[in-house]
Amino acid sequence: MFIRNKKPWDLSDSEVTDYKVYKNRRQFLNTAISVGLASALPSIGLAKPVDELKEYEGLSKSPFSTDEEKSTFEAITTYNNFYEFGTAKSAPSLYATEFPDESETWKIEIDGECDNPGVYDYAELVKPFTLEERIYRMRCVEGWSMVIPWIGFPLGELLKKAQPNSRAKYVEFTTLYDPEQMPGQRRDVLAWPYVEGLRIDEAMNPLTIISVGLYGKELLGQNGAPLRLVVPWKYGFKSIKSIVRIRFVEKMPQTAWMKANASEYGFYSNVNPNVDHPRWSQRKERRIGEFLKRETLMFNGYGEHVADLYADMDLKRYF
Amino acid sequence: MLLTSMQTWTSSVISKSRADGVLKLVHFKVLLFIVCLYPFFSLAWGLLTDQLGVNPVETLTRSSGLWGLRFLLITLCVTPLRWLTGINQLIRFRRMLGLYAFFYATVHMLLYLGLDQFFDWSEIWRDIIKRPFITVGFINFIALLPLVFTSTNKMMKRLGGQRWKKLHRLTYFVAVAACLHFLMLVKADIREPVIYIFLLTGLLAVRLIYQYRQKKLA
Repeated sequence: MFIRNKKPWDLSDSEVTDYKVYKNRRQFLNTAISVGLASALPSIGLAKPVDELKEYEGLSKSPFSTDEEKSTFEAITTYNNFYEFGTAKSAPSLYATEFPDESETWKIEIDGECDNPGVYDYAELVKPFTLEERIYRMRCVEGWSMVIPWIGFPLGELLKKAQPNSRAKYVEFTTLYDPEQMPGQRRDVLAWPYVEGLRIDEAMNPLTIISVGLYGKELLGQNGAPLRLVVPWKYGFKSIKSIVRIRFVEKMPQTAWMKANASEYGFYSNVNPNVDHPRWSQRKERRIGEFLKRETLMFNGYGEHVADLYADMDLKRYF
Repeated sequence: MLLTSMQTWTSSVISKSRADGVLKLVHFKVLLFIVCLYPFFSLAWGLLTDQLGVNPVETLTRSSGLWGLRFLLITLCVTPLRWLTGINQLIRFRRMLGLYAFFYATVHMLLYLGLDQFFDWSEIWRDIIKRPFITVGFINFIALLPLVFTSTNKMMKRLGGQRWKKLHRLTYFVAVAACLHFLMLVKADIREPVIYIFLLTGLLAVRLIYQYRQKKLA
């Protein structure tokens, strides 16, 4: 008689996977994977359908533009540091979809040490200036970079209209504070509102611009709509977004990042491969979309225009 | 979420099999082995289908590191779960879970060495010395190695239970250092690492309370 002892690893018939289920295993796996991925990965959301954005025409080109390959519109509009909407790179594009609220006029206050202060509507403020395209490199303190075709006008032209007086040594910029529109401000991640600053000669440098758009279109919320600063030879966080106030001051402003961590973020924050940040080496950078890293350039490659500003300064000390 | 579903899954499977009177540990282990590979394959799939965002290297490095930390904490759940449920067989999964923590930590480390530094050893060395969060991460990886080398049954026997146990208390250090590594990396928003620190504190506190009670009983 054949006696077969059931081994612990022998399956009983009831435990064997049903043939139908087995046949469908690939479909099951695919569904499982796509469901898992959909929940695990951030979805990509754009503020408005891109073709609804206002387009700028007849923009003049600028000798300051680089001819390097531009970063994609997708990269520029989905990979953002804008803590007012959350600290994840994807947060601004997800939560700034309705920003700024179109039912309210955006106002900008220009005050402080100047003879012609004022409060302006956004449209009124921008109107006198000829917009041009400036294709700039943008280097983030975290060690990545992009090439962005900004649209804007030199900040200096705006500042001159305000007629700064002799006590105006610095310019301080402030971002909107509105936790209703900016969910990231509901937590004290930084000392809101976000404040940045430039020395007056840095602010007057022709490279420094106020940007109102990119890639031929108006700015999206995640990029700092409706108007922002762009200072291409400094780390990205200096280029403050969604500005509501510009103030001329005599003393060096305390910026949001200086308040958060003064030993890591200095007032100047010029791109400098020779001065390391305690967390990231600044010698190299990853250009978004590229696999290999590049060498980081002094002043982000804008030295010929700005090195003179710091001629007698020890940049290790004034980082 | 994965954590809780995995726990309910293991405990339900185990209690069911107990009722059957046969413990088919081998099957659970195979299943668990596959489940633990899910994050790895989901990342690989995301990479192949270009779904990791515009900076895939960053996404991969962050996720693999995070999964290393998660598996460390999952591993540390095993013993308290045994006390709580009385299902001692859970101990049979601990080694695999711990080795998965090492697996994801290794992927994390290799991504850093390969795709962040391109195996430029002088640059890597400078990074280890200069940047405290890299220093901690590196020490942490080294500290995992003796745990991995002594994870086999043979090594356990060679060391002897008590000595093996003592050595493997290093796991607590590794878990604390992993949380620290995460905390130090964050620029301003410490919420996420704090959640992990909170969980780890809980897991360590449970052990202290248990020991205290045992002493009282004895």
